Amino acid sequence: MYAFDFHRPATLRQANSLVGKLGDAKILAGGQTLLPTMKQRLASPSAVIDLSGVPELAGIEQKGRNLVIGAMTSHAEVATSALVTAALPGLAALAGGIGDPHVRHKGTIGGSIANNDPAADYPAGLLALGATIVTNRRKMPAAEFFTGMFSTALDEGEIITKVIVPIGAKFAYAKFRNPASRYAMVGVAVGKKGSSVVVAVTGAGSDGVFRWTEAEAALGKRFNAKSLDGITNPAAKDLNSDIHASAEYRSHLIGVMARRAVTGATAK
Amino acid sequence: MPKVSMTVNGKRVSADVEGRTLLVQFLREHQRLTGTHVGCDTSQCGACVVHVDGKAIKACTTLALSCEGANVITIEGVANGTELHPMQAAFRTHHGLQCGFCTPGMIMAAIDMVNRLGTDLSEETIRHELEGNICRCTGYHNIVKAIQAGAAAMGGMKVAAE
Repeated sequence: MYAFDFHRPATLRQANSLVGKLGDAKILAGGQTLLPTMKQRLASPSAVIDLSGVPELAGIEQKGRNLVIGAMTSHAEVATSALVTAALPGLAALAGGIGDPHVRHKGTIGGSIANNDPAADYPAGLLALGATIVTNRRKMPAAEFFTGMFSTALDEGEIITKVIVPIGAKFAYAKFRNPASRYAMVGVAVGKKGSSVVVAVTGAGSDGVFRWTEAEAALGKRFNAKSLDGITNPAAKDLNSDIHASAEYRSHLIGVMARRAVTGATAK
Repeated sequence: MPKVSMTVNGKRVSADVEGRTLLVQFLREHQRLTGTHVGCDTSQCGACVVHVDGKAIKACTTLALSCEGANVITIEGVANGTELHPMQAAFRTHHGLQCGFCTPGMIMAAIDMVNRLGTDLSEETIRHELEGNICRCTGYHNIVKAIQAGAAAMGGMKVAAE
């Protein structure tokens, strides 16, 4: 890899002051995307600020009707947390399906959403759950946070500190995995809270995660996989086509994964 | 150059490294522990799996400086003197290898699997849990058998120690 400066602050305050001082720095969370990206020179920051030494950013707690997940909480911790498993088993399952066991020990929820890979799992899940992203400067709903492929509402120097996930929703995520990379070829997250239904699609959209509003309307009337039978899948012209799957195939998979997610969300 | 200190296989070690030095480079080139292999260098293959603070991770996708103060176990640290770890012994007994390149990562992943999921592992669980470790020789059959036997032997080891 090319040479860069390395910083490992011990507190969020130190991290804040470093990002302010170092113009061209990248924040390192679990590193499972950033480090491979740097090896390929797709990113080449002159400095890296590693947040793994900031204890206040890790951990999961329940506060009232919310789960509060620290940005540096690993996928393995979310997948095996007793709190998450009890309150939102679909979210634990989503985290347990990211990458492989070793990647899940390092990769973090904050890193995943800051990167907003168009095939990542968390963006769809957090959109469907109506989560709130908290940074060192502000709070914003997931719907405002994810703004497009590899892009978010984060400003320069803004650090995600935690994610607030409301509990009590019917929620499931169904993913058709690329067998080699284990990223979502298509992943669909479905969340239902009261009469409001969100269907969020990852892996397929040419501009990252998106909502399938026709499916939301149909499921809002009756929350059953059969409600999707009369709905046309999202049009192939708006979807990705690559060596793994054509846009037409992805369009088909969205319908299949959405039905699986609805069935999963209604299962006891 | 910044200095990093950590415990590797029970021994306190430290060295001056660069920001870009990967944990796997620190282990192989600074500590001369060449049992941890670099296969793909893209976090796909799992030949570089070691345990950091009790968890299996890919040492090719971890910076050495991020491991300041950590407790690292590599394949060189699992045997008890000249007595192989039960998982190593099981890989030998069941011939869970051909060329052997992936074996250190396989064994470290297998021990982590037992630490997380217990000693009674089904074939299905083992195959699923091995998705971060690639073997290009064996077709996995004997690796799965070795892990199942090694896990059971680790169970016996714990019982015997109690």
